[in-house]
Amino acid sequence: MTLNTDLKAQLIAEFQATEDRLNGASRTPFFQRKKEALLTFEKLGFPTIRHEEWKYSNVKGLINQGFDFHAPGQVTAADVDALQIPNLEGNVLYFVNGVFQPELSVVISPENQLLILNFAQAAKQFPELIEQHFAKYADYSDNAFTALNTAFAQHGVFIHVPDGAMVEMPVILRFISDARVQNVASQPRNLIVLGHRADVKVAESFRTLGNNAAFTNIVTEVILGEEAHFEYYKVQDESDKAYHIGTTHIQHGRASQSYSVTVSINGGFIRNNLNLVLDGERCDAHMYGLYLPNERQHVDNHTLVVHAQPNCESSELYKGILYDKSTGVFNGKIFVKQDAQKTNAYQSCRNVLASPDASMNTKPQLEIYADDVKCSHGTTTGQLNEEAMFYLQSRGIPKDKARALLMQAFAQDVIEKMRIPAMKQYLEGLIVEKIGEI
Amino acid sequence: MLKIENLQAAIGEKQILKGINLEVKAGEVHAIMGPNGSGKSTLASVLAGRQDYEILSGSVEFLGQDLLELAPEERAAQGIFLAFQYPIEIPGVSTVNFLKTAINEIRKYRGQEPLDAVQFLKRMKEKMAFVNMDQSLLSRALNEGFSGGEKKRNEIFQMAMLEPKLAILDETDSGLDIDALRIVAEGVNKLRRPDNATIVVTHYQRLLDYIVPDYVHVLYNGRIVKSGTKELALELEEKGYDWIKAEVDAVA
Ligand SMILES: Nc1ncnc2c1ncn2[C@@H]1O[C@H](COP(=O)(O)OP(=O)(O)O)[C@@H](O)[C@H]1O
Ligand SMILES: [Mg+2]
Repeated sequence: MTLNTDLKAQLIAEFQATEDRLNGASRTPFFQRKKEALLTFEKLGFPTIRHEEWKYSNVKGLINQGFDFHAPGQVTAADVDALQIPNLEGNVLYFVNGVFQPELSVVISPENQLLILNFAQAAKQFPELIEQHFAKYADYSDNAFTALNTAFAQHGVFIHVPDGAMVEMPVILRFISDARVQNVASQPRNLIVLGHRADVKVAESFRTLGNNAAFTNIVTEVILGEEAHFEYYKVQDESDKAYHIGTTHIQHGRASQSYSVTVSINGGFIRNNLNLVLDGERCDAHMYGLYLPNERQHVDNHTLVVHAQPNCESSELYKGILYDKSTGVFNGKIFVKQDAQKTNAYQSCRNVLASPDASMNTKPQLEIYADDVKCSHGTTTGQLNEEAMFYLQSRGIPKDKARALLMQAFAQDVIEKMRIPAMKQYLEGLIVEKIGEI
Repeated sequence: MLKIENLQAAIGEKQILKGINLEVKAGEVHAIMGPNGSGKSTLASVLAGRQDYEILSGSVEFLGQDLLELAPEERAAQGIFLAFQYPIEIPGVSTVNFLKTAINEIRKYRGQEPLDAVQFLKRMKEKMAFVNMDQSLLSRALNEGFSGGEKKRNEIFQMAMLEPKLAILDETDSGLDIDALRIVAEGVNKLRRPDNATIVVTHYQRLLDYIVPDYVHVLYNGRIVKSGTKELALELEEKGYDWIKAEVDAVA
């Protein structure tokens, strides 16, 4: 099979074909919402580096390749063994090339705490929730990838945690791209709805198999009810030929809390958008990030916090170590609306360039329309501390180990934010592999 | 043990060491004194292997080897230890982990088996007692938030753990009150053996009441301009450095 290399034309044609096949069924509100998104995608086209939000992240390499969006992948039990995170206890769901794999997955939390459905089931059981929330928050008016994902939304999960439910066991969504046979692409779409005082931890983990290109375009929308508590972990360990473009949108209700940790260990091209809207008083949001690109990997974290209501707090700590010829981007936007008095917002981004050929672009953006706010931001990009290196070496620790020791210490602040113990261990292992044994 | 001949070193365009000659034999204690800015810390750093300096000429022989050829970690493994004048804080690196790594790397270099956890803890307990090191300090990140005195004490504790052949103490006395000074000095004295040596850099003679030197040298403007016995330190204490400066400047 030859793959179409005009990605935009291919996708528009595919959508058209689906619509034709659906016939009358295409008049459902769900489908109409998707169609609207497709029209936006058609209008926007893929962004170029002339687009302010994509200035340092060039997707040309992605859109000039052909991808099969429907390759099923052949993930065997042996593959799953190799992919497994040791000692992980929880609700673990596998997706291969974007498609849910029930036989590889386990859900152990009771249904009255946690409901995990696909979109077709959700549309039947919770039509009002889908109607109310689907594609209502992840804004695609100026984001071609989110528009595209919305247009093709089909695979992924709907997670519902009802009022007052505290889900003990985490939910781990494992997205495996099987690129062993050809270039593959997937567009998972998740909708997570937490009721009042609901509490859950959700992790998304991304892996690639094989050496062909793998493109993931994922969107996760999260809606937090009043006083809900949500922890979100995103862990990326993909191949150098993997392209990941992801948007996570968290919509906060009154006095809700979110806590997000994004760790990018490997991946050829990564763009993570994390958008938070604090749309109720007394919300609390904490964001952490760590990225360790090497070779020619590229990692771009765009965060947006909208303070829409008074008395909320947000904090943000992103850290990066960049090796070889890798490149990184951090763009942190804090938007404080006029009504959002007594806002506290902190942002910090710290980077170490471990090679003279690596580069990092940082851009804090503060837009503040309220007058009684406390906001601070700081970004630093520097080399490894030579004084500290000399201190360690003068005690007999060889250069490579001294370096690894300092890098691990640097990364530790973020790693320790991972609150799922087995995943923390898994991360520590990945980091040792990447940074070096102490 | 250590033989420095005509050592000249510069940082950037600036020459700081202008021909140092010094020989230290096993079992000896040498004090190096001198006014601020005369090059004492530079000499200590060059011996420990800091890369910022350019060696313009001269040689340093340590236990029969060309010291200047070795990386800092190799020097440490050969038995050089520098107690820093300003020990750096290293957040995120636990003191215990750091020391265990250091000891076992040095052992590896020497072809010895690593210490296991029990042996390591035993040595740590013993050496902590040496310098009255508080356990709680060791559970913290390396030097992070330590007071000046605690940092200095930690340097001597590390020295005790690593058991060097040649210890260079760079102004270990500054910032210590008299009790801490005595504890540190006692620690150093207890570590003295016929087969190791110590260079004490200081500009007060106070410390030398406790660590009694065999030789005292005055470093001024990148050169050792006067050497003597411990009486020289007393004389400096009494008269200051001006008379030495005058002597040197008269010759020049
Ligand atoms: N990194 C540096 N760059 C330029 N000059 C330096 C540097 N470090 C030390 N010096 C200079 O070298 C001279 C000797 O310094 P130092 O060895 O610290 O003296 P001491 O320890 O005797 O007080 C001083 O004039 C000092 O200013
Ligand atoms: Mg000095």
